[in-house]
Amino acid sequence: MAMDESVRKAILGAVPSLRAFAISLCGNVDRADDLVQETLLRALANIDSFQPGTNMSAWLFTILRNHFRSEYRKRRREVEDSDGHYAETLKTQPEQYGQVEYREFREALSQLPQDQREALVLVGASGFSYEEAANICGCAVGTIKSRVNRARTRLAELMHVNSAEDFGPDEQVRAVLASGE
Amino acid sequence: MNERKPVGQQNPIETAATRKRTGAKPAKLGRDVQARLGQQLRAMYDEVVNQGVPDRFSELLNRLDANGTSRDKP
Repeated sequence: MAMDESVRKAILGAVPSLRAFAISLCGNVDRADDLVQETLLRALANIDSFQPGTNMSAWLFTILRNHFRSEYRKRRREVEDSDGHYAETLKTQPEQYGQVEYREFREALSQLPQDQREALVLVGASGFSYEEAANICGCAVGTIKSRVNRARTRLAELMHVNSAEDFGPDEQVRAVLASGE
Repeated sequence: MNERKPVGQQNPIETAATRKRTGAKPAKLGRDVQARLGQQLRAMYDEVVNQGVPDRFSELLNRLDANGTSRDKP
């Protein structure tokens, strides 16, 4: 019995975003790819429980998140790795942002509590609605909203930004201001 | 050593520097900050998304497909 072509397409189409989500969860590309692979195996083994017509991507995200929670969480997230292997894998930095700011952002993101980080990524980057994110995380919509808000506030605190002017290339100016107080 | 402004006379337009001095927390993030954080987040995410589907995943699906059912784990 061959795999349904539409199912196959939907699964492959979700892989790039699944990888991005997985990397944001475990902070390590190799482990993230293993997580995605295990997710796909689980999904295909349980493909009968997928309801045709519903969001394949959200279904896969749910499996990935649950699997991460049950297996990967036991091992400690390697925060220090976020600047090593991860940076190596992502060779091209987005040119419209300063590299320092970009690195600072990744560091700040890695310091967020797990609940907040996943809520922020699902809503702010994966493009899920609050309702979809709540389904994926198995919590109330209000909980997701509050986690996203706290995540944003905490990120701004960690990056010492309070207005858009605080972003940008003037890292040294900021450092001088901070040390002068 | 930090000079504090009397309550109620705080400058409504806070900068990070004044916030550090007063120790006040921002009541709410400005839209500009939220937008910029959102840009950063999507830039990071899209960096991975733009790498497309690594071969190992398309090969995995091919292998499972050739095996006939997904229950035959490799």
